[in-house]
Amino acid sequence: MWKFFHKLASPPHFYRIAESLLPWFAIPGLLLIGYGAYAGLFVAPPDYQQGDAFRIIYVHVPAAYLSMMAYMVMAISAGIGLIWRMKLAHAVSAAAAPLGAWFTFLALATGSIWGRPMWGTWWEWGDPRLTSELVLLFLYFGYMALRSAIEDTTKADRASAVLALVGAVNVPIIHFSVEWWSSLHQGPTLVKKGGPAMDTAMLYPLLAMIFGFTLLFGALLLRRVRTEVLYRERRKRWVRDMILANTGASK
Amino acid sequence: MNEPEQQYPGIAAALGELVKRDLSLVVKRPGDVLNPLFFFGMVAALFPLAVGPAAEQLQFSGPGVLWVAALLAALLSLNSLFLADFEDGSLEQLLVSPVPLSAMALGKSIAHWLTSGLPLVIVSPVVAMTYQMSLAVTGVLMLTLLLGTVSLSLLGSIGAALTVGLHRGTALLSLLILPLAMPVLIFGARTVSLVAAGDGVAGGLYFLAAYAMLMISISPFATAAALRISNE
Repeated sequence: MWKFFHKLASPPHFYRIAESLLPWFAIPGLLLIGYGAYAGLFVAPPDYQQGDAFRIIYVHVPAAYLSMMAYMVMAISAGIGLIWRMKLAHAVSAAAAPLGAWFTFLALATGSIWGRPMWGTWWEWGDPRLTSELVLLFLYFGYMALRSAIEDTTKADRASAVLALVGAVNVPIIHFSVEWWSSLHQGPTLVKKGGPAMDTAMLYPLLAMIFGFTLLFGALLLRRVRTEVLYRERRKRWVRDMILANTGASK
Repeated sequence: MNEPEQQYPGIAAALGELVKRDLSLVVKRPGDVLNPLFFFGMVAALFPLAVGPAAEQLQFSGPGVLWVAALLAALLSLNSLFLADFEDGSLEQLLVSPVPLSAMALGKSIAHWLTSGLPLVIVSPVVAMTYQMSLAVTGVLMLTLLLGTVSLSLLGSIGAALTVGLHRGTALLSLLILPLAMPVLIFGARTVSLVAAGDGVAGGLYFLAAYAMLMISISPFATAAALRISNE
């Protein structure tokens, strides 16, 4: 078991394993998203109050969930990298940040589009979740800005890891302090006592979208970490050997 | 021939010395304290000029405006928290000293609060008066600033430690710290607004105090780690 992890931490091994893992995330992810998008847009009945406008949740909810999930992935791997000085973990958190920022942006954009017909306004400061998503977006920006401001990769890794951990402590506090404002946002319907308050014809596509988005995030993350590893190890022998072997060039 | 055993100062003594040194440095450079205060007063003066001088409007927006001004003033002074020490090499001395770096980080934060947070609290009633705040509301404003600036100094020292020695660190520091400072701003300003509307204060003050405690327990270690990384 431990041996497997030690092997995984070595860049050339990871590079190869990630390549074979990638389709296992990407294909089921895309299938689930395809099913969820079709069933959500065409099969699920319109909401009795919101009409067809509710259908944006099939993008909004998975994006919002992944925006936080990506931050967790980023902070946990930053912690692992900081404590055990594992370079691969730093590469994971570097790769997770832009993905998380995009999901956050997607959640904000879809939330705002949904808000237009529902609340009659594109942006509503009174809504706590929209506001805390915006703060989350700035946290991602700060993380990426700090990373790009430091030239030395090792230093950038460790400095941004400290920031990610401090941010991870603060994210729930920010969330709940914003929540204290009176809320316009829909109450939780999915995670609730006594099961989700939703018709199954609406629920299954949503669950498919959530799992599909998660798998897609996994696939994109693997892809990005591979690129990151390749870039970081660009002067190493195994990269040179691999490129020489692939291109068939002679030494 | 044994070397005489060297006497190291205790943690508390070293911390006290560091605070004393920072305070005497400020006496030599009073601008470090005064400029953020002037900035605070200027920002507070800009709003009535921009939105109009109606008394009800000022009373309504006063808590928020003063809190935003205080946040920006704190940020302004954070930039130089480790800069002078970094440039003249005394930061490296702190790093190699036998006293735990986290204690020294706490000392820097204490000195920073004494020279930026506390003066803000002291001048805030004058500014609050111009916003037509009642005595009770002004008192609560001072209390929230007292508790909130502690958190800002501690939180800010993490950011300052991460960006010390970087080019164009100022804008980066704001980007790092402002989102994290959101809870302090929300609770600071909202508590004052609630009091102005005739509501209770306890909840908001408890939250600010709890957040300050959290920052006291996290920030010195995070700042120490960040200083080590920045000076590698």
